[in-house]
This record gives sequence, structure tokens and C-alpha cells, in this order.
Amino acid sequence: MTNELLNELTFFVLAVFVGIEVISKVPTILHTPLMSGTNAIHGIILVGAIVIAAGAHTPVTIALGLVAVTLATTNVVGGFVVTDRMLEMFKGRQPAKPKAPEAAKQ
Amino acid sequence: MTTLIALAYLVAAVLFILGLKQLSSPKGARNGNFTAAVGMVIALGATIPLLHFTRAGLTIIAIGVVIGALIGSIGARMVKMTAIPQMVALFNGVGGGAAALVAVAELLGFGTHPAFSEALPSVFSIVIGSISFAGSMVAFAKLQELMTGTPITYPGQQVVNGLLAAAIIGFGVAVLAIASIPFSFIALMLLALILGVAFVLPIGGADMPVVISLLNAFTGLAVAASGFTLNNFALIVAGTLVGASGSLLTKLMSDAMGRSLANVLFGAFGQVHAGATAAASGQARSVRSGNAEDLGTLLAYSQRVIIVPGYGLAVAQAQHAARELADVLEKRGVEVSYAIHPVAGRMPGHMNVLLAEANVPYEQLKEMDQINDEFKNADVALIVGANDVVNPAARSTPGSPIYGMPILNADEAKNVIFMKRSMRPGFAGIDNELMFGPKTVMFFGDAKDSLTKLVAAVKAA
Repeated sequence: MTNELLNELTFFVLAVFVGIEVISKVPTILHTPLMSGTNAIHGIILVGAIVIAAGAHTPVTIALGLVAVTLATTNVVGGFVVTDRMLEMFKGRQPAKPKAPEAAKQ
Repeated sequence: MTTLIALAYLVAAVLFILGLKQLSSPKGARNGNFTAAVGMVIALGATIPLLHFTRAGLTIIAIGVVIGALIGSIGARMVKMTAIPQMVALFNGVGGGAAALVAVAELLGFGTHPAFSEALPSVFSIVIGSISFAGSMVAFAKLQELMTGTPITYPGQQVVNGLLAAAIIGFGVAVLAIASIPFSFIALMLLALILGVAFVLPIGGADMPVVISLLNAFTGLAVAASGFTLNNFALIVAGTLVGASGSLLTKLMSDAMGRSLANVLFGAFGQVHAGATAAASGQARSVRSGNAEDLGTLLAYSQRVIIVPGYGLAVAQAQHAARELADVLEKRGVEVSYAIHPVAGRMPGHMNVLLAEANVPYEQLKEMDQINDEFKNADVALIVGANDVVNPAARSTPGSPIYGMPILNADEAKNVIFMKRSMRPGFAGIDNELMFGPKTVMFFGDAKDSLTKLVAAVKAA
């Protein structure tokens, strides 16, 4: 086993534990935003997509690179924006409260 | 140079971990999302100097980023709050697809004799990424109601899925052992796509959140596998973080529904063909059905009303109408609170998001444990589009598919108003005894229309 692979395996195993540990106590109301947030984080595949697209020169690699970059960017941008919209709802509650009675229909 | 990039990746990884940590507490959640986004920008920025771009490469990256950013931001901004779950499914699916394509490109680049340690993760990433892509698309279609949300089952389904999985493993081995066959991964990819579809078809719409969460973890693992092929630290760590936390989240979600994950995935819940029998017995038994005027009066002269919002409220986008009703009631001095079941709505926590959108005061939202003892003091339990989460069979009928699921004790209230579109059973496909109860009045119709009628009736009372 090469040194590099060994290193990578170490990162992998440690990341498993961190991943489990870090969200072990999450209230139910945050399940949906948390899922959406982790969803955005795996958009890191955009790094991989850019790496393979950068050196593209045959029609096949160009097509693969283009689609991969498009999909991955959609994942990253959409993931973060939609999570932010969700969490905005939670935050907007306090300042919105005083306005609420007026906004209600008379 | 490479040291700098490695350090930047390390910073990004730390920011992802901190972001996740913040995301799991209500206080810092929004900052957490921002922290993770900063990590993403750093990881992307650090990657660019590492590369030698061909002209074509530069062009396709620019085009891809612009198109993807447009689709992502417009999609995420336009989507209605009630449609969030399918949007998450969509964004998850495209991530899985991207991971699979990256692995394909890498595999092609290895030539005919790739090192086993590099080919193995590629094959894994192609398979898992494709399953996640296809499965997420089916989940999207089910939630968007492009196809039926009920489980699609046929005899021998598990066997067919098992054979598909076996074929994928066989092809995977073939690709690894006889890699000189060009494009053999196409067959692998196709099989994985088919399995992704076949795997999600028998799962009902109500269980989709758990499936999306699982596929989310899948995509994370596919990304991590791509990281092994590309020898990229950022991909390995971020992908694994999502894989691990996503798996745990999946388990937490099925726990909240009082079910095991295996039951969600392979139970084909609705298959308990109680649906048909329930409908039959539903016709035979009589229920009390009320009109808006009577029910409005009942509500207006109550002291305590507990609203139990459910899936039907989410579908009808009736959260604003519900708040309006609560407002007119409160103006008359009625005490109103909302009982939120952990899995109310379309996803755990989804109902909180919806009601927050309608500016419902936070203090009125009560979690199940907080409010269950208060039902017996309530004059009216107003059930809006919920069903299984108030079904007393979960407490009393050991043979029932939902037996043991924690439920809201709506049946203990002095009166129950059950708002529903029809007598159709809920996702569990079973009768709800509460509908036939002596204290229960059914109020049929679309949740939003019905609530609006009640608002008018309360005002008139």
C-alpha cells in the first residue's frame, strides 16, 4: 500500500467519526435544513469536475467535463441558496412578530 | 505551491466541520450554512492554480459554471417553501450525477491498465453516483406529483432488484479485471441508473424524505470515492463528512417516524393492502360531517384550540390560512397553539419552516412531548390534513403497521375537527379510528378553502 493511499484512508476514517460526532445532537426541526446543508457540501465534487474538465481535449472528455461542471455547480449554488432560504425563515420570526397583527386581515 | 493548496484544503475542511456543527443548533444554523459556503469558495479557489487548462477546458468550465449557477440560484429562489423537499432531491441528484461523470472521465484517462487502487474507487463512484442520480430523480418526480406518490410494487420486485445489484457487482469486477474493454463502464452506469429507479419506485411519497437523506449520504460517499481516484484531500474529507453525517441523519429521521430504516426501504409500506379494505369499511361506517358555520361557532366559543397541521396542509399550502384562523380566534381571546409532530409535513422539521414562513409566533409551536398532555384540556383539536400522526391505532392496535409510532393525543381533546379532502386513508393505508369517534366532526375539502371558510364563519359568529 502506498503512503498516499494510507494517508487518504486515514483522512477517510477520521472524517467518518467527525461526521457522525458533529451532528449527533440535532433537534428534529433542523433535520431538513441540515440535510440540505450537507447536500450543498457534497457539491465539492465541483472541484473534481473542474480538475477533469481543465485538461479536456477529446470530444468525449469535453462533453463529460461540460456536463459534470454544470451539474456540480447546480448542486453547490442551489444547495447553499435553498438552505439559506430555509434558515432565513427561522431567523425572520422575531422581527416579523410586531408587524404580524397589522398584516392580518381586519 | 502544493503545500499552500493542501493548507487551503485543510482550512476548507475545518470550515465544513464548523459549518455542520453550527447547522445542528437553531441559533447558529444560518451562519453554519454561510461558513460551509466560505469553505467551498476556498476549496475551489485553491484548486484553480493547480491546473493547466486547455482552451476547450477553460471554455467548458466557464459555460458549465454559468449555466449551473443560473439553474441553481433561480431554482432555489423560485421554489415554494412547500416544494423544498423535491428541490433538495434534485440538487442531490445532480451532485451524484456529477460524481459519476468525474469518475468516468478519470477511468478513461487511466488507459487500459489502471492501478487497482485507483480503478476501484472510480467504479464505486460511478455506481453509487448513478444510483443517487436516478433515485433522486424518481424522488423528485414523486414529490412533484409528476408520477404517483404511492408505492409501485410488483411480484418478485425484491428479486429483480437483487439481480440488478448482482449484475452491477459482476460488471464492476469485469471493469476492474478486464479494463481493456473500452466503455464497459457504460453498461455499469446504465445498470446502476436502472437500479436507482427500481430502488425508489416501491417507496411511498411520505417516506421520500428518508430516501432523499439516504441518497444524500450516497452522493457524499461517491464524492469521497472520486477524491480517492483524484488524490484530492478536499473531496475525500467533505464527501466522507456528508456520507457519515447523512447516514446518521437518515437513521434519526426514520427513528422520528418510529420505524426502522429497513422497514422504510424494503417494507413497501402501502403494500399492506389495507387501503382497499379501509375504503370499503369507511363506506360502511358513518361519520359525522359538519358545515363551516357550526364549526366556526364551536371554535369561536372555545377557550383552547390546538391546531394539528399535517401533510395535507403542506400540499394545499394552507399555512397562511391556518395563521389567519389562529389570528381571528386569538382576537376573540381563544388560546391557540400548534402541535407539531416530528414528521409532520413532507420532511422532519418541514412544518416548522412552513409555519415560520407564515409568521406564526414561535411560542405557539409546540413539539409533541410538550403538548401531548395539554390535549385533554383543549376544547377543540383542529386536525388540518394530518392523519397517521393522530391515529390512535398506533397506541392500541398491535397488528397495525404504525403500531408503536409516537402520535399526538388529539383524541383526548373535548372535540375533534378533522379536516380532510376525503375519507381516503393516510400513507400507512389504514383506517383512522379517530374519524369515527363520537367527539369527531369531519370537515371535507381542500385544507386552504376549508380554513378560509372557517375564518369567515368565526368572524360571523
